[in-house]
Amino acid sequence: MPLPPLLQLANVTIRFGGLTAVSEVSATVNERELVGLIGPNGAGKTTLFNMVTGVYQPTEGEIRFAGEPTAGLKPFAITQRGIARTFQNIRLFPSLTVFDNVRVAFHLHLAHDAVHSLTRGPKFQREEVELRERTRELLSIFSLERVQDEPAKSLPYGDQRRLEIIRALATRPKLLLLDEPAAGMNPAEKVELMKLIQFIQEKFQLAILLVEHDMKVVMGICQRIHVLEYGRKIAEGTPAEIRANPAVIAAYLGKEHA
Amino acid sequence: MPPKSQLYLFAALLVAAVASAFSGRMDPYFLDVALGVGISLVLAASLNLINGFTGQFSLGHAGFMAVGAYTSAMVTTVLGPQLGASAAVLQWAVFPASLILGGLLAALAGLAVGAPSLRLKGDYLAIVTLGFGEIIRVILQNVEAVGGARGLVGVPNYTNLFWTFGGAAVTVYVVWGLLNSTYGRGFLAVADDEVAAEAMGLNTTRYKITAFAVGSFFAGVAGGLYAHLKGYLNPSGFDFNKSIEIVVMVILGGMGKHVGVLIAAVLLTVLTEVLRKFGDYRMILYSVLLIVLMLTRPQGLFTWPLWKRKAA
Repeated sequence: MPLPPLLQLANVTIRFGGLTAVSEVSATVNERELVGLIGPNGAGKTTLFNMVTGVYQPTEGEIRFAGEPTAGLKPFAITQRGIARTFQNIRLFPSLTVFDNVRVAFHLHLAHDAVHSLTRGPKFQREEVELRERTRELLSIFSLERVQDEPAKSLPYGDQRRLEIIRALATRPKLLLLDEPAAGMNPAEKVELMKLIQFIQEKFQLAILLVEHDMKVVMGICQRIHVLEYGRKIAEGTPAEIRANPAVIAAYLGKEHA
Repeated sequence: MPPKSQLYLFAALLVAAVASAFSGRMDPYFLDVALGVGISLVLAASLNLINGFTGQFSLGHAGFMAVGAYTSAMVTTVLGPQLGASAAVLQWAVFPASLILGGLLAALAGLAVGAPSLRLKGDYLAIVTLGFGEIIRVILQNVEAVGGARGLVGVPNYTNLFWTFGGAAVTVYVVWGLLNSTYGRGFLAVADDEVAAEAMGLNTTRYKITAFAVGSFFAGVAGGLYAHLKGYLNPSGFDFNKSIEIVVMVILGGMGKHVGVLIAAVLLTVLTEVLRKFGDYRMILYSVLLIVLMLTRPQGLFTWPLWKRKAA
């Protein structure tokens, strides 16, 4: 029997008042798969993300993660099950240091809590030392350990993007959702980002769902692509299939090009 | 070998005990001001956890203080004499127990206000906590069993240097300890960006409620200390102005700076005493000073890295 997909959306619909933002979308992401989600502005990509991460609850349909329905779970509970995300407009903890931004995300796998923070026994101290080590390790993979004591807001834009990805990785996700990670980057940075995403996927053995505007990025690295337009899924397939799909071309370039 | 922070705590308690032993030789006026300063330290450090570090805006600290003050005072004035214990037992066992009980009830009140209202942010939360503080005050004013509007008299003077500064040391240790752990960085994360904190798997509601409960607990303890310092309680002493006074200490100290807020608490408490000789002009001068300070140092008086958040 084949394994169930890691993430499964079945006829997911959400309405805000009279507006149907996402309509009957079904899609899957398998374990260790790099999947792209594309579509013109306002197609409902971020709304779909927000449903997967528990920010919105779908009006109809069901989302399953690792075989379990996620309905009714709050965002933090969904992260605890193994879905981590980044934001379209970077949302770091600006006043915390780079180090603490990552360290706080390790919180999910902590054995200690408020009481241990006060008793500060040997077990607590050992765990803290170990976490510092792991934080430093993670930062050094992405060569950000040089700036670990700087406040996150003082980093250049590209580093902030990378830090946000590192922070998400610290929660040890099975599925990483990246919301337009290439936004605001120049072509050289985009190439580097593509390498980074592929590197992460291999190194951490996780599935990645990538929302992206930039076709080059998506086509370059994704194994499979879902295309949204006006809240509906209009196509699904490999980059080559998507490139040749008349509906996709029409959506992006207008009908006469199709 | 206990961690350094705990050694500091024990050292502080020891100093407080020694100072307390010699308090008989101190000038009574000086002693009175010093005790007032100690209580302000407890209040400011505990509110700093809520308003400074966790980024919530509570205007109800005086209300939680009142809960602790009346609880503790009722224990020592009503229950105390019936125990038939010696004065020493009353001061060194019953009194601290009453402080903790007062703190616990204040924490319960904190939970009661916190749980439903923490979905509110900023100004809205401030208004709810303000309303709560006023409700407490009005209730106390109308309950005859605790003296009503006349106030509660005959509270024994158990508060001394050891209990106030020991209490302040414990408060500072608890707030510092909570924040200085991987778990505790969550409070700061919640203050910085709640949506991102939630996305990192932090139960933001739980963090906020914890901050409220712990902060209110120490507000209650401060109330108990205050009651047994003044020997007399009146509901009007726990009004909106009192809450504002504590908020000002936190803001002036540079929101979420451990040492800065403590310095501000000392300065403002001493300042109100120094200004006393100006009689009726006192509050005007106090307000003018605050305005000048806020105009010149809007980021708080003490914002240089008095407490650098080090990574290693």
